[in-house]
Amino acid sequence: MTGHGYWAVWFAIVVIGVATFALRFSFIYLFGRVDEVPPRVRRALRFVPPAVLAALVAPALVTIDPDIGVVASLADERLAAGLVAAGVAWRTENLFLTIAVGMGALWLLRFGFGMGL
Amino acid sequence: MDREDLRAGVRDASPLFLGIVPFALVVGVAAVEAGLTPVQAVAMSVIVFAGAAQLAALELIGETAPLSVAVVTAVIINLRMVMYSASIAPHFRSFRRRIQAPLSYVLTDQAYALSVARFAREGNTDRLAYYLGVAGSIWLVWQVGTVAGVVVGAGVPPELGLSFAVPLVFLALLVPAMKDRPTTAAGIVAAVVAVAAAGVPYNLGLLVAAVVGIVVGLAVEVGEKV
Repeated sequence: MTGHGYWAVWFAIVVIGVATFALRFSFIYLFGRVDEVPPRVRRALRFVPPAVLAALVAPALVTIDPDIGVVASLADERLAAGLVAAGVAWRTENLFLTIAVGMGALWLLRFGFGMGL
Repeated sequence: MDREDLRAGVRDASPLFLGIVPFALVVGVAAVEAGLTPVQAVAMSVIVFAGAAQLAALELIGETAPLSVAVVTAVIINLRMVMYSASIAPHFRSFRRRIQAPLSYVLTDQAYALSVARFAREGNTDRLAYYLGVAGSIWLVWQVGTVAGVVVGAGVPPELGLSFAVPLVFLALLVPAMKDRPTTAAGIVAAVVAVAAAGVPYNLGLLVAAVVGIVVGLAVEVGEKV
Protein backbone atom coordinates (compact mmCIF):
# COMPACT_ATOMS: atom_id res chain seq x y z
CA MET A 1 0.00 0.00 0.00
CA THR A 2 2.90 2.39 0.53
CA GLY A 3 4.08 1.94 -3.05
CA HIS A 4 7.52 1.39 -1.55
CA GLY A 5 9.17 -1.95 -1.08
CA TYR A 6 9.06 -3.57 2.34
CA TRP A 7 12.83 -3.39 2.79
CA ALA A 8 13.00 0.14 1.39
CA VAL A 9 10.69 1.29 4.21
CA TRP A 10 12.88 -0.50 6.76
CA PHE A 11 15.92 1.19 5.31
CA ALA A 12 14.29 4.63 5.58
CA ILE A 13 13.29 3.97 9.20
CA VAL A 14 16.84 2.99 10.15
CA VAL A 15 18.41 5.96 8.32
CA ILE A 16 16.04 8.42 10.03
CA GLY A 17 16.75 6.75 13.36
CA VAL A 18 20.52 6.86 13.00
CA ALA A 19 20.47 10.48 11.79
CA THR A 20 18.19 11.52 14.66
CA PHE A 21 20.46 9.84 17.17
CA ALA A 22 23.49 11.58 15.65
CA LEU A 23 21.77 14.97 16.07
CA ARG A 24 20.94 14.22 19.71
CA PHE A 25 24.39 12.85 20.52
CA SER A 26 26.32 15.52 18.58
CA PHE A 27 27.25 18.05 21.26
CA ILE A 28 26.96 15.65 24.17
CA TYR A 29 29.71 13.67 22.43
CA LEU A 30 31.75 16.67 21.32
CA PHE A 31 31.55 18.60 24.54
CA GLY A 32 34.96 19.68 25.71
CA ARG A 33 36.13 20.23 22.15
CA VAL A 34 33.32 22.45 20.93
CA ASP A 35 31.54 24.66 23.41
CA GLU A 36 28.30 25.51 21.73
CA VAL A 37 26.37 25.87 18.52
CA PRO A 38 27.62 28.87 16.55
CA PRO A 39 25.21 31.80 17.17
CA ARG A 40 24.35 32.11 13.48
CA VAL A 41 23.34 28.48 13.22
CA ARG A 42 21.40 28.77 16.45
CA ARG A 43 19.48 31.75 15.09
CA ALA A 44 18.53 29.88 11.93
CA LEU A 45 17.53 26.76 13.85
CA ARG A 46 15.01 28.84 15.79
CA PHE A 47 12.93 29.15 12.61
CA VAL A 48 12.93 25.47 11.72
CA PRO A 49 9.92 24.43 13.84
CA PRO A 50 7.48 27.17 12.72
CA ALA A 51 8.51 26.91 9.06
CA VAL A 52 8.42 23.12 8.80
CA LEU A 53 5.25 22.70 10.84
CA ALA A 54 3.40 25.39 8.87
CA ALA A 55 4.52 23.77 5.60
CA LEU A 56 3.11 20.46 6.84
CA VAL A 57 -0.21 21.87 8.07
CA ALA A 58 -1.23 24.28 5.31
CA PRO A 59 -1.53 21.85 2.36
CA ALA A 60 -3.58 19.52 4.55
CA LEU A 61 -6.16 22.26 5.10
CA VAL A 62 -6.13 24.20 1.82
CA THR A 63 -5.66 23.00 -1.73
CA ILE A 64 -5.53 25.13 -4.84
CA ASP A 65 -7.87 24.08 -7.61
CA PRO A 66 -6.11 24.50 -10.97
CA ASP A 67 -9.49 24.98 -12.75
CA ILE A 68 -10.43 27.99 -10.62
CA GLY A 69 -6.93 29.39 -10.95
CA VAL A 70 -5.45 31.34 -8.11
CA VAL A 71 -8.49 30.99 -5.87
CA ALA A 72 -7.94 28.58 -3.04
CA SER A 73 -10.71 26.03 -2.95
CA LEU A 74 -11.85 25.23 0.54
CA ALA A 75 -10.82 21.62 0.81
CA ASP A 76 -14.18 20.23 1.93
CA GLU A 77 -14.65 20.66 5.67
CA ARG A 78 -11.01 20.40 6.64
CA LEU A 79 -10.25 24.11 6.49
CA ALA A 80 -13.16 25.04 8.78
CA ALA A 81 -12.31 22.28 11.26
CA GLY A 82 -8.65 23.28 11.10
CA LEU A 83 -9.44 26.92 11.86
CA VAL A 84 -11.53 25.89 14.88
CA ALA A 85 -8.64 23.69 16.07
CA ALA A 86 -6.17 26.54 15.52
CA GLY A 87 -8.29 28.73 17.78
CA VAL A 88 -8.25 26.07 20.49
CA ALA A 89 -4.49 25.60 20.10
CA TRP A 90 -3.94 29.34 20.39
CA ARG A 91 -6.11 29.74 23.48
CA THR A 92 -5.09 26.59 25.38
CA GLU A 93 -1.79 25.31 23.84
CA ASN A 94 -3.20 21.89 24.75
CA LEU A 95 -2.48 19.06 22.31
CA PHE A 96 -5.25 16.79 23.55
CA LEU A 97 -7.94 19.52 23.37
CA THR A 98 -6.75 20.59 19.91
CA ILE A 99 -7.08 17.07 18.51
CA ALA A 100 -10.42 16.45 20.26
CA VAL A 101 -12.07 19.70 19.16
CA GLY A 102 -10.61 19.50 15.64
CA MET A 103 -11.84 15.93 15.08
CA GLY A 104 -15.21 16.82 16.64
CA ALA A 105 -15.58 19.79 14.29
CA LEU A 106 -14.65 17.63 11.29
CA TRP A 107 -17.22 14.96 12.18
CA LEU A 108 -19.93 17.55 12.88
CA LEU A 109 -19.36 19.20 9.50
CA ARG A 110 -19.05 15.91 7.67
CA PHE A 111 -21.83 13.89 9.27
CA GLY A 112 -23.80 16.32 11.44
CA PHE A 113 -25.91 17.92 8.73
CA GLY A 114 -26.69 14.57 7.16
CA MET A 115 -28.11 13.43 10.46
CA GLY A 116 -30.46 16.43 10.60
CA LEU A 117 -28.58 18.38 13.23
CA MET B 1 21.17 6.84 42.15
CA ASP B 2 18.83 9.06 44.14
CA ARG B 3 15.39 7.41 44.13
CA GLU B 4 13.77 10.63 45.27
CA ASP B 5 15.06 12.51 42.22
CA LEU B 6 14.08 9.63 39.93
CA ARG B 7 10.54 9.82 41.30
CA ALA B 8 10.56 13.61 40.97
CA GLY B 9 11.41 13.19 37.28
CA VAL B 10 8.51 10.82 36.67
CA ARG B 11 6.19 13.09 38.64
CA ASP B 12 7.20 16.20 36.69
CA ALA B 13 6.77 14.39 33.37
CA SER B 14 3.37 12.90 34.19
CA PRO B 15 1.22 15.94 33.28
CA LEU B 16 2.84 15.81 29.84
CA PHE B 17 1.49 12.31 29.26
CA LEU B 18 -1.88 13.91 28.54
CA GLY B 19 -0.35 15.35 25.39
CA ILE B 20 2.02 12.48 24.62
CA VAL B 21 -0.61 9.72 24.66
CA PRO B 22 -2.89 11.17 21.93
CA PHE B 23 0.21 12.17 19.91
CA ALA B 24 1.51 8.58 20.08
CA LEU B 25 -1.92 7.20 19.19
CA VAL B 26 -2.03 9.42 16.10
CA VAL B 27 1.45 8.25 15.06
CA GLY B 28 0.39 4.61 15.44
CA VAL B 29 -2.75 5.16 13.37
CA ALA B 30 -0.83 7.17 10.76
CA ALA B 31 1.75 4.39 10.43
CA VAL B 32 -0.96 1.83 9.66
CA GLU B 33 -2.62 4.21 7.18
CA ALA B 34 0.72 4.85 5.47
CA GLY B 35 0.95 1.12 4.83
CA LEU B 36 3.58 0.10 7.35
CA THR B 37 3.28 -3.33 8.91
CA PRO B 38 2.55 -3.33 12.66
CA VAL B 39 6.13 -4.42 13.36
CA GLN B 40 7.51 -1.61 11.20
CA ALA B 41 5.22 0.90 12.89
CA VAL B 42 6.37 -0.05 16.39
CA ALA B 43 10.00 -0.38 15.29
CA MET B 44 9.89 3.14 13.88
CA SER B 45 8.79 4.47 17.26
CA VAL B 46 11.59 2.60 19.00
CA ILE B 47 14.33 3.41 16.47
CA VAL B 48 13.43 7.04 15.70
CA PHE B 49 11.57 8.08 18.88
CA ALA B 50 10.71 11.59 17.63
CA GLY B 51 7.01 12.21 17.10
CA ALA B 52 6.82 15.12 14.67
CA ALA B 53 9.55 13.65 12.47
CA GLN B 54 7.85 10.24 12.49
CA LEU B 55 4.51 11.79 11.49
CA ALA B 56 6.00 13.85 8.68
CA ALA B 57 7.92 10.85 7.34
CA LEU B 58 4.78 8.72 7.51
CA GLU B 59 2.75 11.29 5.58
CA LEU B 60 5.36 11.31 2.82
CA ILE B 61 5.78 7.53 2.77
CA GLY B 62 2.00 7.15 2.48
CA GLU B 63 1.88 9.56 -0.45
CA THR B 64 4.64 7.54 -2.12
CA ALA B 65 7.01 10.48 -2.18
CA PRO B 66 10.60 9.30 -2.69
CA LEU B 67 11.95 7.91 0.56
CA SER B 68 14.90 10.29 0.33
CA VAL B 69 12.45 13.21 0.69
CA ALA B 70 10.88 11.55 3.71
CA VAL B 71 14.31 11.07 5.28
CA VAL B 72 15.48 14.64 4.60
CA THR B 73 12.21 16.08 5.94
CA ALA B 74 12.46 14.05 9.15
CA VAL B 75 16.07 15.11 9.66
CA ILE B 76 15.23 18.80 9.15
CA ILE B 77 12.45 18.56 11.73
CA ASN B 78 14.93 17.02 14.16
CA LEU B 79 17.66 19.60 13.64
CA ARG B 80 16.45 21.33 16.80
CA MET B 81 17.88 18.36 18.73
CA VAL B 82 21.34 19.83 18.06
CA MET B 83 20.37 22.84 20.18
CA TYR B 84 19.18 20.63 23.02
CA SER B 85 22.31 18.50 22.75
CA ALA B 86 24.55 21.56 23.06
CA SER B 87 22.51 23.05 25.87
CA ILE B 88 22.33 19.93 28.04
CA ALA B 89 25.88 18.70 27.30
CA PRO B 90 27.55 20.51 30.22
CA HIS B 91 25.19 18.73 32.63
CA PHE B 92 26.11 15.33 31.18
CA ARG B 93 29.84 16.01 31.28
CA SER B 94 30.52 14.13 34.49
CA PHE B 95 28.69 10.98 33.33
CA ARG B 96 30.59 8.02 32.00
CA ARG B 97 31.00 7.98 28.21
CA ARG B 98 29.12 4.75 27.73
CA ILE B 99 25.92 6.01 29.30
CA GLN B 100 25.98 9.29 27.37
CA ALA B 101 24.84 7.53 24.20
CA PRO B 102 21.69 5.96 25.68
CA LEU B 103 20.93 9.23 27.47
CA SER B 104 21.15 11.03 24.11
CA TYR B 105 18.81 8.52 22.51
CA VAL B 106 15.96 9.45 24.88
CA LEU B 107 16.51 13.22 24.53
CA THR B 108 13.21 14.91 23.58
CA ASP B 109 11.80 18.44 23.68
CA GLN B 110 10.07 17.68 26.96
CA ALA B 111 12.96 15.83 28.61
CA TYR B 112 15.29 18.66 27.66
CA ALA B 113 13.01 21.44 28.89
CA LEU B 114 12.15 19.85 32.24
CA SER B 115 15.71 18.71 33.02
CA VAL B 116 17.49 21.94 32.21
CA ALA B 117 14.91 23.90 34.23
CA ARG B 118 15.38 21.61 37.25
CA PHE B 119 19.21 21.60 37.02
CA ALA B 120 19.20 25.40 36.97
CA ARG B 121 16.75 25.62 39.87
CA GLU B 122 18.09 22.92 42.18
CA GLY B 123 21.82 22.50 42.04
CA ASN B 124 22.01 19.41 44.24
CA THR B 125 19.71 17.28 42.08
CA ASP B 126 21.00 13.82 41.11
CA ARG B 127 21.02 14.73 37.43
CA LEU B 128 21.20 11.20 36.10
CA ALA B 129 18.29 10.04 38.27
CA TYR B 130 16.08 13.02 37.45
CA TYR B 131 16.78 12.87 33.71
CA LEU B 132 16.10 9.13 33.63
CA GLY B 133 12.83 9.68 35.48
CA VAL B 134 11.66 12.25 32.94
CA ALA B 135 13.06 10.81 29.71
CA GLY B 136 12.54 7.15 30.62
CA SER B 137 8.88 7.55 31.54
CA ILE B 138 8.23 9.60 28.39
CA TRP B 139 9.89 6.86 26.31
CA LEU B 140 7.75 4.17 27.88
CA VAL B 141 4.47 6.09 27.49
CA TRP B 142 5.36 6.88 23.87
CA GLN B 143 5.97 3.23 22.97
CA VAL B 144 2.81 1.98 24.67
CA GLY B 145 0.79 4.76 23.02
CA THR B 146 2.13 3.91 19.56
CA VAL B 147 1.27 0.23 19.99
CA ALA B 148 -2.27 1.23 21.04
CA GLY B 149 -2.52 3.48 17.97
CA VAL B 150 -1.44 0.65 15.67
CA VAL B 151 -4.10 -1.64 17.17
CA VAL B 152 -6.81 1.05 16.94
CA GLY B 153 -5.76 2.18 13.46
CA ALA B 154 -6.16 -1.28 12.01
CA GLY B 155 -9.87 -1.34 12.88
CA VAL B 156 -11.16 2.17 12.16
CA PRO B 157 -13.29 2.88 9.05
CA PRO B 158 -11.59 5.39 6.70
CA GLU B 159 -14.70 7.65 6.44
CA LEU B 160 -14.04 8.84 9.98
CA GLY B 161 -11.02 10.66 8.57
CA LEU B 162 -8.81 9.77 11.51
CA SER B 163 -5.79 10.85 9.45
CA PHE B 164 -7.00 14.44 9.96
CA ALA B 165 -5.55 14.14 13.46
CA VAL B 166 -2.09 14.37 11.84
CA PRO B 167 -2.36 18.03 10.71
CA LEU B 168 -4.11 18.77 14.02
CA VAL B 169 -1.02 17.57 15.91
CA PHE B 170 1.22 19.74 13.74
CA LEU B 171 -1.15 22.66 14.30
CA ALA B 172 -0.98 22.22 18.06
CA LEU B 173 2.83 22.23 17.87
CA LEU B 174 2.90 25.14 15.40
CA VAL B 175 0.89 27.67 17.38
CA PRO B 176 3.28 27.94 20.37
CA ALA B 177 6.25 27.93 17.95
CA MET B 178 4.99 31.19 16.43
CA LYS B 179 5.72 33.29 19.49
CA ASP B 180 7.08 36.54 18.05
CA ARG B 181 7.03 38.44 14.76
CA PRO B 182 9.97 36.69 13.05
CA THR B 183 8.75 33.17 13.88
CA THR B 184 5.18 34.11 12.89
CA ALA B 185 6.41 35.46 9.57
CA ALA B 186 8.40 32.26 9.00
CA GLY B 187 5.29 30.16 9.61
CA ILE B 188 2.91 32.22 7.48
CA VAL B 189 5.28 32.44 4.51
CA ALA B 190 6.09 28.73 4.69
CA ALA B 191 2.35 27.95 4.75
CA VAL B 192 1.65 30.06 1.67
CA VAL B 193 4.59 28.62 -0.27
CA ALA B 194 3.64 25.07 0.72
CA VAL B 195 0.07 25.51 -0.56
CA ALA B 196 1.27 27.12 -3.78
CA ALA B 197 3.85 24.39 -4.32
CA ALA B 198 1.57 21.49 -3.40
CA GLY B 199 1.68 20.18 -6.97
CA VAL B 200 5.47 20.11 -7.20
CA PRO B 201 6.68 16.54 -7.78
CA TYR B 202 8.25 14.41 -5.04
CA ASN B 203 6.78 16.67 -2.33
CA LEU B 204 9.74 18.96 -2.73
CA GLY B 205 7.34 21.86 -2.16
CA LEU B 206 7.49 21.06 1.54
CA LEU B 207 11.26 21.47 1.68
CA VAL B 208 11.22 24.60 -0.48
CA ALA B 209 8.52 26.10 1.76
CA ALA B 210 10.49 25.31 4.90
CA VAL B 211 13.69 26.87 3.54
CA VAL B 212 11.86 30.01 2.33
CA GLY B 213 10.15 30.30 5.72
CA ILE B 214 13.47 30.07 7.59
CA VAL B 215 15.07 32.70 5.33
CA VAL B 216 12.11 35.07 5.78
CA GLY B 217 12.21 34.56 9.54
CA LEU B 218 15.90 35.51 9.62
CA ALA B 219 15.26 38.52 7.38
CA VAL B 220 12.43 39.80 9.60
CA GLU B 221 14.62 39.35 12.67
CA VAL B 222 17.46 41.32 11.08
CA GLY B 223 14.97 43.99 9.96
CA GLU B 224 13.65 44.40 13.51
CA LYS B 225 17.13 45.08 14.87
CA VAL B 226 17.96 47.79 12.34
